[in-house]
Amino acid sequence: MSDESSGGWRPASLLGKLLSQILLVAVSLAALFPIYFVVVNAFKTKQDYLVSLLAPPLRPTLANFAEALRRGNLFVWFRNSVLVTVASVTVVTVLSSAAAFATSKMRFPGRKTLLKVLVSLMIMPPVVMVIPLFIFMVRIGWINTFPAVIVIYSGLLAPFSVYLLNSFFGSIHDEIIAASIIDGCSTFEVYRRIILPLSTPALATLVVVNSLWVWNELLISLIFLQGDQIRTLMAGLTQFQGRFSVNQPLVLAGAFLGMMPIIVLYLVGQRYFVRGLTAGAIK
Amino acid sequence: MNALHLVSRRKWAPFLWVLPVILLILFVYAYPLVSILRYSVHALQGAKQVFVGLANYRFVSKDFIFWTALRNNAILLINVPILTVIALLVAIPLYEGVKGWRFYRSVIFMPFVLPSVAIGLVFIYILQQNGLVNTVLRAAGLGMVALDWLGNPNLALPTLMAVIIWRELGFGVVLFLAAMTALPEELGEAARLDGANWFQEHLYVTIPQLKPVIRFFVVNEIISMISWVFGYVYVITGGGPGFATQVLELYIWKNAFAYRAFGVASAVAVILLTITLLIMVVGLGALFRSEEEEYV
Repeated sequence: MSDESSGGWRPASLLGKLLSQILLVAVSLAALFPIYFVVVNAFKTKQDYLVSLLAPPLRPTLANFAEALRRGNLFVWFRNSVLVTVASVTVVTVLSSAAAFATSKMRFPGRKTLLKVLVSLMIMPPVVMVIPLFIFMVRIGWINTFPAVIVIYSGLLAPFSVYLLNSFFGSIHDEIIAASIIDGCSTFEVYRRIILPLSTPALATLVVVNSLWVWNELLISLIFLQGDQIRTLMAGLTQFQGRFSVNQPLVLAGAFLGMMPIIVLYLVGQRYFVRGLTAGAIK
Repeated sequence: MNALHLVSRRKWAPFLWVLPVILLILFVYAYPLVSILRYSVHALQGAKQVFVGLANYRFVSKDFIFWTALRNNAILLINVPILTVIALLVAIPLYEGVKGWRFYRSVIFMPFVLPSVAIGLVFIYILQQNGLVNTVLRAAGLGMVALDWLGNPNLALPTLMAVIIWRELGFGVVLFLAAMTALPEELGEAARLDGANWFQEHLYVTIPQLKPVIRFFVVNEIISMISWVFGYVYVITGGGPGFATQVLELYIWKNAFAYRAFGVASAVAVILLTITLLIMVVGLGALFRSEEEEYV
C-alpha cells in the first residue's frame, strides 16, 4: 500500500475534497452501523431495548450472556467453533506448506498441471461437494464428529493455501537453499529451517484468512454437525434465532459472540486480511 | 527454480511432499465431483441406488421452485454492476489519498470479514416489521414507507440484495485500491497536463488500466451471486416469504437434507456446477491465459 501522498499532487479543489469526504463518511457510517447496533444492544435488557433501539445501554448488563449460558448452548458452540477452526487450520497449514515447498522448489512431472488444477478448484461451490461427502460420512459413521468437518474444511482450503504459499515460496532465492544444502541440510531441514521461517508473513496471512473462513462457515457445519452439543457457533446461532427470536437482545448477544473474535483479529492484523483476501487477483 | 532436484537423488521425494494434499483433494473435490454426476442419474432408495436416467433432470425442469430459484440467482446478478461502480467510486478518493484514507479503508473493509450469519441476525432486527428502520421511519412521521422489508414478497429479494451489497462492497474497494496503488503515476499526470479534468482522468486513464482486476472482481462476484449466497439467504429469509428469495444453493440443500431427495439435489448441483464452470471459462479464460505463466 502506498503512503499518504499516493495520488500525487492534485489541484486543491475544495468541492472535490468535500464530496470525497461526504461519500467516504457515508459509506463508513453504513459499514459501522450494524456493528454499533449489535454492540449496544447485546448489553441491554429487553425493556431498555424496547425503549430505544439506538441509544447506548444506560444500564449495561451481562444478563443476556448469562441467559445464553443457561438456556442455550452458546458457550459450548463457541468452544466447538474454536476447536474446529484451530484443528482445520493447523492441518491445512502443515499439509499445504509441505506441498507448496515441492511445487515451488522441486521439479517433478505434473507440477504445472497440479497448480492449474488447484487454481480451478478454488471456485468450486461447496454445495456441490457436500452431498457425496454427506453420504460417504453417513456410511463410515462420521456424521456428528469433528474429524469429518476438519477433513472437509482442510480439503476445501487446500487449493487456495497451496496456491498462496507456492507463489510466496517461489520468491525465496534458490541461492539460500543451495547454500544450506552445501552446509549439509537435508530436504526436511531446508523446509523446516529455511522455508518456513522466511515465510512467516505468508503463513500468518494464510492462517488468518483460513481461520476467518472456517469460523464463518455455515453450510458444512449445518450438515455435518447436527447434534446440539456438537454444533459450531454459526450453525448454533441460526437455531438460537429460531428459538429466541422475540428476545432480541439475547440473540444479538449471540451475534456479538460470533463477531467479536473476528473484529479483534481484524483490529490486530488487518494487513493480513487485506493481503490474503485479495490474493489471487493481484500479484 | 530447482535447487533441490540436484541434491535429492530420490525421484519420488517431491511426490511424498505433495501426496497428503493430493489425497485430501481427491477425497474432498475429485470423489464428490464424480459421485454427483452419478447420483444425478440415480434415485436413492434406502441404501440402494437405482438408475433412473434423466428422470431427476426432468423432474427439476418441471419444478417451478427450481425456476424461481434460478430466476432469483439471475436477479442477484444485478448486484455485480452496482458493486463494481460503487466500489470504484469509493476507491478513487482513497487512492487520491484524501485525509484519513487509511481509517476509511479499514472501516469499509470490515463488513467483508464478518460472519454472514451474525450479519444476517443483525439485519433481521434492523429490517423486520418492528425493527429499527421502521421504528425510525415512524418516529420521523414517515409511517407510510415503513414497509415489511423482509416479509413482503416483492421487497424481500431487493432487501436481501442490499444486505449482500453492504457486506461485499469492502472487498471491491480494497481490491481496486490495491490495484490502483500499483499503477504508474506518469499516465495520470500526463492526462492532467493535457487538461483532463478529474472525471476524464479516471474514466479514460485510471479505470482502463484496472481492466484485469475489474474483470477478476466481476467474475468473482458473478460466481458469488450464483453459488455463494447460502449464508445470507438461509439466515435472513430462509428462502421466503413463499419462494420469493429461493436460490439454487438453498434448493439443493432443502432437497438433499430436508427431503432426502438426493437424486434431485444432485441434478441441480450438476446444473449449478455447469453454470459456474461456464462463467469461469468464459470470464477468466483470457485472464488465465495471460497470467498463468506468472502464477505457475
